[in-house]
Amino acid sequence: MAAAPLLSGCDMALLDPAGPIGAEEKSIIILATCLMLIVVIPVIAMVLLFAWRYRASNKAATFKPDWDHSSKIEVAVWGVPCIIIAVLAYVTWVSSHTLEPSRELVTEKKAIEVEVVSMDWKWLFIYPELQIASVNELAFPADTPVHFKLTSATVMNSFFIPRLGSQIYTMPGMETKLSLLASAVGDYDGLSANYSGGGFSDMHFVAHALSDADFAQWVEKVRAGEGKLTMAKYRELAKPSEKDPVTTYAEVEPTLYHDILNKCSDGSTCMDAAVSLAMAKEVAGGDLQLCNPAKPRG
Amino acid sequence: MFGKLTLEAIPYHEPIIMAAVAMMVLGGAALVAGITFFRLWGPLWSKWLTSVDHKNIGIMYIILALVMLLRGFADAVMMRTQQAMASTGAAGPLPPEHFDQVFTAHGVIMIFFMAMPFMVGLMNVVVPLQIGARDVAFPYLNNLSFWLTAAGALLINISLAVGEFARTGWLAYPPLSELQYSPGVGVDYYLWALQISGIGTLLAGVNMITTILKMRAPGMTMMRMPIFTWTTLCSNMLIVAAFPILTATLAMLSLDRYLGMHFFTNDGGGNAMMYVNLIWAWGHPEVYILVLPAFGIFSEVISTFSSKKLFGYTSMVYATVCITVLSFIVWLHHFFTMGAGANVNAFFGISTMIISIPTGAKIFNWLFTMYRGRVQFTVPVLWTLGFMVTFTIGGMTGVLMAVPAADFVLHNSLFLIAHFHNVIIGGVLFGYLAGFTYWFPKAFGFKLNETLGKVSFWCWLVGFYLAFMPLYALGLMGMTRRMNHVDNVVWHNYLLVAALGAAIIACGIGAFVLQILVSVLNRKSLRDLTGDPWNGRTLEWATSSPPAFYNFPETPVVTARDAFWEQKQSTGAGLQPLAAYRKIHMPHNTGTGVIVGGFVALLGFALIWHIWWLVVATFAGAAAVAIGHSFNENRDYYVPSTQVAETEGKYFNQLTSQV
Repeated sequence: MAAAPLLSGCDMALLDPAGPIGAEEKSIIILATCLMLIVVIPVIAMVLLFAWRYRASNKAATFKPDWDHSSKIEVAVWGVPCIIIAVLAYVTWVSSHTLEPSRELVTEKKAIEVEVVSMDWKWLFIYPELQIASVNELAFPADTPVHFKLTSATVMNSFFIPRLGSQIYTMPGMETKLSLLASAVGDYDGLSANYSGGGFSDMHFVAHALSDADFAQWVEKVRAGEGKLTMAKYRELAKPSEKDPVTTYAEVEPTLYHDILNKCSDGSTCMDAAVSLAMAKEVAGGDLQLCNPAKPRG
Repeated sequence: MFGKLTLEAIPYHEPIIMAAVAMMVLGGAALVAGITFFRLWGPLWSKWLTSVDHKNIGIMYIILALVMLLRGFADAVMMRTQQAMASTGAAGPLPPEHFDQVFTAHGVIMIFFMAMPFMVGLMNVVVPLQIGARDVAFPYLNNLSFWLTAAGALLINISLAVGEFARTGWLAYPPLSELQYSPGVGVDYYLWALQISGIGTLLAGVNMITTILKMRAPGMTMMRMPIFTWTTLCSNMLIVAAFPILTATLAMLSLDRYLGMHFFTNDGGGNAMMYVNLIWAWGHPEVYILVLPAFGIFSEVISTFSSKKLFGYTSMVYATVCITVLSFIVWLHHFFTMGAGANVNAFFGISTMIISIPTGAKIFNWLFTMYRGRVQFTVPVLWTLGFMVTFTIGGMTGVLMAVPAADFVLHNSLFLIAHFHNVIIGGVLFGYLAGFTYWFPKAFGFKLNETLGKVSFWCWLVGFYLAFMPLYALGLMGMTRRMNHVDNVVWHNYLLVAALGAAIIACGIGAFVLQILVSVLNRKSLRDLTGDPWNGRTLEWATSSPPAFYNFPETPVVTARDAFWEQKQSTGAGLQPLAAYRKIHMPHNTGTGVIVGGFVALLGFALIWHIWWLVVATFAGAAAVAIGHSFNENRDYYVPSTQVAETEGKYFNQLTSQV
């Protein structure tokens, strides 16, 4: 396959999708390109043709130095692009909704949840239902929707498995969502698609789409392994490092993802707690004033 | 005493950097020695550095741009070399901490210190002439704008020798650019270089808008303005609307870094998404700030060299205004992958693709300007034809990425890199180089060597396609941007082709430099005495070349579009001497701009290195000189009518003796 000529589908990850999201995105890329070629090809041809036909040395060609307007031409050059863009706008509106990354894929099989944390410079994957975790290795059953919830422990990154489709940013203190599905068993390259500092180039992982039996076996292997990802261990892991080997954790602190997302993995007050506390104060303060209208405002 | 600055700040253990610094120092020393040897300091100071003449200021802007083009291109060569050499598992010559500075510097330099000064320079040289004015509205401000831009450029170049530059990418997204993740001075160099030059750009924008709105020759209504003047007006409207956003955004990031505030930090309630929105609310209009004047240049060039009126002037103007307005409602397409939701993404996607309609209309109008014309394949026309083909392809990939669902896989990939170089090289740079060649004889009185110009064009064109078409393919293969190293044999081959493309572009730049040198040496044989070497259509050609410092002895009266062309048609001749000349009101030169610029450059340096006493001193110095200048009442004078008559007489004598 490697011997196939340049531009073969095998090399082109985006043109060789391995899941429905990637497949739909591929067809949109092709459709949009074809629509635009309706204008682009004639334009390029006309540039070359007009330049040659009306070259200064060609005295046989018509010369009309004062001709500078034609309503027919104006209508065509504004109208045709308008129609094409209208079609493309419709495609855009529909596909933005059907392919919205946070929209959960649903099949007969129950989806698997994965919590993703980008770190300096590695990926942490937590399986909340299985209570296991891994670094720089992602495994999930093929033909099963995978619902990712993502955040970052440091700077912004982008979680991207090209052959499966959509990427999404990971941001500290924010949660983004992404739903993907691998149609076939296989190993797919994953990476960070947003520059995040010195170790960025090595921030890749392999996503293993396994058969149900193989996935169950993988989970068993991880559980049989050693180590629990405790808060203390996580803080150790959070220190910047590059080219980290694949590591798995047989157990994981249940609140870990929540604490990273709410920036309290270091033991400080969690953001969500701080916000509800502040809101409670606000409400209490308001009530106080309502109850004691005589009390002067501070 | 020296804040954070110590001798350690000089990267003397980095051979590549030190070699570059040595070249800069040697080049600078040679320049200083040359100027001293030929006793040029006096004329340099009085005729150039302190000049308020828009033509001289424009030329200085363009010199700055060309010097920075070389610097920015050197960065590009390093990146292409690194990726070609480090794509089969090897480490490559540049470690990440250096490579990351290189790609940041490349972007910052090419946009802020190459494209912007090139554009402002061309506008400065041409627009007052095109509208029949003697100078811009605020000549001193114009000089100050230039020196603020130069001060910013100086800071970027100092960062190479003292300290480091940012390792954040050219838009310095937080939290990476915050103190927590970028504790060095690199981001501070970035912030102050952009703040200082940004103020210069804003002032230039105010100046140019006022000039166009208030100083047009009698009879030049808005719908009789040359298209380049129209695009300049729209571009500067965008500058005035967008650059304050940049200033405010960078100021907030500075407050985070200097005063421990939390606008965009990870903690303390900061939100980096706000920065990303704000920076692109400036950043997208910036793209149109750059490309609109290029569209204007193509319009002038294609009409002049087809010996034909521009097709669809009115629709060209409306298309320009449409693009100007729309450019402010598309910024989110730079980050569809942030998870804003389907409705928001769809809105910004559709608004983006709508921009392609007026842009497409422009392309067709240029096409139909050639139709039934007499197209001369001069160098500016070659750039224009190259642009029309190349930009159309870049526009297509741009609209493709405006579809959010497609962008979800193409975002941040080399496909994106290929796209924006496709439009910025194929649109902006080709345009400026066309304008450079087209107006060079106006600014200097002699034409550029045609053969070397053609060599340069073909190298740029072929080099561009070789350098960037493989990047489109690599993007489709899933290669993301800003990679220091990868291990992929297939990608390696494409990266080798891209590096070869960069080498061919280098030949194009070499031919361009050689073209200028050869033309200067042969300036006698390339001399244009008429002031109208191309049989031009607009008023800038209705002067001598280079024009007298007062531009026009008598303000022209405009009765139609293509004012000079109509005049030539009705009188059957070019310029004619006047029966009598009048005295002309002109501004004095002033050293205020260059002195304030010097103080501000030092101020930036002091802020970067936390040298607080120097901050106070230089700020006070700059303020004192600027305020002092406001008390200077000896700002203007009258050129006596005898001197005008003598200057014009000399020109017409030359003209008749030639014939």
